[in-house]
Amino acid sequence: MTTATTELLKTADGRPLREALAAAQARSKRKAFWLVFPLLIFVLLTFLIPIGYMLKRSVEHDGFSKSSPTLTAWFQANSDFDHMNPPEAAFAALVTDLAQMQATKNTGMAGTRINYTVPGTISLFKKGAREAGDMQPPFKAALLTLDHAWGAPELWYAMEAAASKWTTDFYQVATDRKLTETGWQRGDDKQRIYLYLFFKTFLVSGIITVICMLLAFPVAHLLAVLPMSKSSLLMILVLLPFWTSLLVRTTAWIALLQEQGIVNDALVWMGVLSDEGRLSMMYNMTGTIIAMTHVLLPFMILPLYSVMRVIPPSYARAARSLGATSWTTFRRIYLPQTLPGIAAGSLLVFILAVGYYITPALVGGAEGQLISNLISFHMSKSNWSLAAALAAMLLAAILVLYWIYDRLVGIDRLKLG
Amino acid sequence: MALPTYASPLERIWHYAYLVICTLIFIFLIAPILLVVPLSFNAEPYFSFTEKMLSFDPQGYSLRWYDTLLTLGHPAPDTVRDSTWWALVWERATWVQAAKNSFWVGLWATVLATVLGTIAALGLSRPEMPYRRLIMAILISPMIVPIIIIAVGMSFFYAQACVPPDSVFATLTGPFLSEKGCLANSHLGVIVAHAVLGIPFVIITVTATLSGFDQSLTRAAHSLGANPRVTFFKVVMPLILPGVISGALFAFVTSFDEVVAVLFIAGPAQQTIPRQMFNGIREAISPAILAVATILVIVSIALLASVELLRRRSERLRGMTPQ
Repeated sequence: MTTATTELLKTADGRPLREALAAAQARSKRKAFWLVFPLLIFVLLTFLIPIGYMLKRSVEHDGFSKSSPTLTAWFQANSDFDHMNPPEAAFAALVTDLAQMQATKNTGMAGTRINYTVPGTISLFKKGAREAGDMQPPFKAALLTLDHAWGAPELWYAMEAAASKWTTDFYQVATDRKLTETGWQRGDDKQRIYLYLFFKTFLVSGIITVICMLLAFPVAHLLAVLPMSKSSLLMILVLLPFWTSLLVRTTAWIALLQEQGIVNDALVWMGVLSDEGRLSMMYNMTGTIIAMTHVLLPFMILPLYSVMRVIPPSYARAARSLGATSWTTFRRIYLPQTLPGIAAGSLLVFILAVGYYITPALVGGAEGQLISNLISFHMSKSNWSLAAALAAMLLAAILVLYWIYDRLVGIDRLKLG
Repeated sequence: MALPTYASPLERIWHYAYLVICTLIFIFLIAPILLVVPLSFNAEPYFSFTEKMLSFDPQGYSLRWYDTLLTLGHPAPDTVRDSTWWALVWERATWVQAAKNSFWVGLWATVLATVLGTIAALGLSRPEMPYRRLIMAILISPMIVPIIIIAVGMSFFYAQACVPPDSVFATLTGPFLSEKGCLANSHLGVIVAHAVLGIPFVIITVTATLSGFDQSLTRAAHSLGANPRVTFFKVVMPLILPGVISGALFAFVTSFDEVVAVLFIAGPAQQTIPRQMFNGIREAISPAILAVATILVIVSIALLASVELLRRRSERLRGMTPQ
């Protein structure tokens, strides 16, 4: 009896049971993984690598470093030079590179790279490169006579940074920092366009989330308490916008809200407004908020509804029978039970709103643009690295929100329709 | 929902106010979409109802904007409408070309997303899947990450993703890539971009269907002698098919409605309906856009109806009460 219990349990072919089980589990793990593997590779190639590429672009720009080998070498040898008053050797290296740029027609590209951090330098570079071939020593005096701006310390800071193709300059610009005589400084409060736009995007997304929540709550509640046959009919009214093309919905709002649109026409016809006093609800922030609320409302209603539907009505009845008023019942009993739905819906709407592009681009006018539109603007101006830096910052914000969503709600509980 | 008998007058008033509020919100949701339909029959180039339309004068209505959809880009729009005229519509009309592009891109993107997504969902639904949460988070992220970021990344990467023109690959992949042999400005580029955007929808719907799937059915099939392939096609597939099809419909709609990635990575040869609409709204907005919008509303009603039918069928198959 004693020997039998101490002996290991074995399978029919004599292997220890524990080992056989571990092998079987490892096999099924591998099997499950191989099913997911093709998709992972696909997503890696078409989604993750492109985003990695974008992140790389945000810290890489070889416009200047490529065509300034002499100056790059000089910067490496003299890393502690005086930016206020660079020595003759630095100017000599610069003139050599400028002459080379003129010969290889790279002046524009190099000037553009410096121009990103010190505005107004493209013409300086073009002029300098044209004259560089004929210049005689001393080069410092020659360049400074040509244009005094060559002596500016911020220009030398900019060139020193641009001499390497790896740079954080674009993040400095994207966080509204300015290159001054003493290096990067916090910019003037009035010129903080990028951080301001980030702030505005978050604020507008917050406003839209709150409006969506206020509108979705009564509707989701109604859908949840109605008998199934009636609520599935009403559900169509929620799902149809969800399935309709975003561009169709945006077009519809333009037709409704523009100055010669239906809402204004109706108000003028009813005598509420005079013909001159037509409201401008489109091509500004109001237009963006109204259209985006409409587009994102189903994303709030659906998670709220799925939570509200399973709240047992008996709790509310019990509260009432114990003497609570209807307001107390709602506040203390019903509302707390809907919180998971509110959290799921709000986070989803907020995340989607922060990255919205099409609706603000079409109905936002000049004032109703969000951060996505600015990224697109810099892409169209070929300022790719700055666009990438702004996109990377937006991505970081979204990933934090996504992580919170996963913690609070769980991604596998995302439901559609 | 009826009021309880013990409701106070104040509660009654609030109850009716609540119903009015709900009605208004439903109107807010649906009215803009429905208003597009009558506006598209406007006889005038306006975006609002004319006097004639409001008095239901037949002269206020016309099909001219639908006609524009056929004649825009047509080399000889005013000639007799015989078979050559219609052939030219099919070959040259701008909106028809856009519709054809949208359809083919959407179809291939859907096939790619659905096949890869369904297989992956089968793996993800197994309890022994390693790193399940992380992988799920990665596969859902194309839906969460703003489209502008994806489009910027793709426009950088696809311009570099080229095959050398004289290599063996070039002859194989040539027709699918751009003239330079790159993913940028090519149909394949748009298709894979749209496929990756559709994948989260397929994963979500198929894993949701599989969560209600009774695993003992596959064990029963195995014990009755079916091999894994037969089990999959005869037992698993019929049961999850409604989920797969609704995932596919979601993926198709995502592609059919997508404009940002197309704006960044596609060339003039990949003009799609959303892109044409986007440009139309930005430049000169004409009621022709509303005619397209009306057609798209009808398409979305059809899609919604099919998804609802599939959902009910899936719930019936899984033994849940039909709703």
